[in-house]
Amino acid sequence: MLAAAFSRPEIDYHAFAPEIVLVGALLLILVVDLLFEDRARWATSTLAGLGLLGALVPILTLAVDGGDRSMFGGAYVVDNFALVLKALFLIGGYLTVLISTDYIGEGDYYEGEYYFMLLSSLLGMLVIASARDLISIFIALETLSIPAYLLAGWRKRDLKGNEASLKYYLLGVFASGVMLYGMSLIFGVTHSTVLTVIGERLAGGGASVPIVTVGILFVIIGFAFKVSAVPFHAWAPDTYEGAPTPITAYLSVASKAAGFVALLSLVFIAFEGRSDVWQPLFWVLSALTMTVGNVIALRQTNVIRLLAYSSVAQAGYMLAPFAVAGHTGVNQAVESVVTYLLVYLAMNIGAFAVVMAVARKTRSGELSSFGGLFEYAPGLTVLTSIFFFALAGIPPLGGWYAKLVIFRTLLDQPTVWSVVLAVLVGVNSAIGLYYYASVARETWMRPVPDEDRTPISVPSSLAAAIGLCAIATLAIGVVPQIVARFAHLAPFGS
Amino acid sequence: MNVPEWWYLVLSAVLFSLGALGLLIRRNPLVMFMCVELMLNAVNLTFVTFSRSLNDIGGQVVVFFVLVVAAAEVTVGLGIIVSILRRKPGTTADDLSLLKG
Repeated sequence: MLAAAFSRPEIDYHAFAPEIVLVGALLLILVVDLLFEDRARWATSTLAGLGLLGALVPILTLAVDGGDRSMFGGAYVVDNFALVLKALFLIGGYLTVLISTDYIGEGDYYEGEYYFMLLSSLLGMLVIASARDLISIFIALETLSIPAYLLAGWRKRDLKGNEASLKYYLLGVFASGVMLYGMSLIFGVTHSTVLTVIGERLAGGGASVPIVTVGILFVIIGFAFKVSAVPFHAWAPDTYEGAPTPITAYLSVASKAAGFVALLSLVFIAFEGRSDVWQPLFWVLSALTMTVGNVIALRQTNVIRLLAYSSVAQAGYMLAPFAVAGHTGVNQAVESVVTYLLVYLAMNIGAFAVVMAVARKTRSGELSSFGGLFEYAPGLTVLTSIFFFALAGIPPLGGWYAKLVIFRTLLDQPTVWSVVLAVLVGVNSAIGLYYYASVARETWMRPVPDEDRTPISVPSSLAAAIGLCAIATLAIGVVPQIVARFAHLAPFGS
Repeated sequence: MNVPEWWYLVLSAVLFSLGALGLLIRRNPLVMFMCVELMLNAVNLTFVTFSRSLNDIGGQVVVFFVLVVAAAEVTVGLGIIVSILRRKPGTTADDLSLLKG
């Protein structure tokens, strides 16, 4: 009976091509690492970079081809939204490989496995961009998280690394458990795991209201851990400090973006009809996240921790459009979150990359070690200022456009709550400017510690990453239409 | 005796709360880890119950996925815990406080 009911699902290999290329690359890395051991150590990072760029090719062909591709009864959809975000993840992954190459190569830690884990984690992100089903979202989320737990503890002989990894792991699986429990309740009342079907049944009413409310709350809280929203952010600063810096950059950009992508598709496809439940929740999360993140960032003396709290605060800005989506409409909210993610990718990876470049000489992440950077590394100083002022949202650097889009969404159809939130975003941007500028002040005006003025040698791949991020940050700031165009394509089922 | 389905739902809610509370209260990394397993299995029980009562095989399929993912999580988690306990035997979660601020 069951066998007769089974029919082979139609598989569109073109739609899966980016994932297939990535799987090919990561298997190749594993084999090369196994067969050639030390002789091929340098090759693994090259292979990883090529694999990521190779996976961008089918994304371009799919974009040119146009049209939405839906598979497995709507559980896996390749539309413009998915393509824009897959490209974002692949570029973020490529920049991570660029900044990792020398950092990992010079340490005495394994290389082949590092890139294997990084690519597996990126595979989860590619899948999550297309996942439109509770099961596939869960599987994709775990595929991207489990390698990330290991990457966070990559320095396994360092207690800080162990601690970072354990905290990330325990809170990560706790969040997955909470999210999954929410999903089970939603499955129970809607009889389906496909997001579009859940959306119809929740909007149609008839479902048990208390259970739906608890289910939605649990799912959103589970993801609030992943995007490190206050009060679920406790793991983020510790993990960011203890993890290898390239992984910190990766977690704060790509992993956070993946959490937002899943939130976008869950909230705006499955839960859209129940905005009475999630709108107030997002309002509180957003207000708390940006305020707490910024206020704690003010008293940080370590640049990595400062960037960690800054990334918590930035998540707060990105949560703001969710809090008003019921009034302004889904499309505008999706557009503004995607815009913010695209801009944030360039400026945040850039900021981490310059910090890494300086730390190559100073061997420290303390703010005071940045003193007088201008006297011996003027180029890096200018770049540091570019990225930090971009994060603060100063025109003409990229960040202002991202903030503008958030403001526009909040004030488009003003209600009391959205205006209050917009005011909070404004106040927080001002607080943010203070600590971002304190890094710049340190580099331009303070004396050099220990009078050590030996110039910094920046390896070529790190320099390439910094250059790419700087060009992107400046270009977006001057010609914001580039991002605007991609973000405009993004809303679902265009 | 016929056991009504909501008993199972209540049981799984209780198991889930025990797991969540245990994770927050207990300080031994291995016990915290067991609590996570308790939470995931409470979820499995909910899915199976709904799957039975709705006569929908989908819920039971989810359980297989959750089991596989939980196994993968166990492997990674034990690896992390072993690497800590090797360096500092008898570590509890409160001892892990190098990173703060």
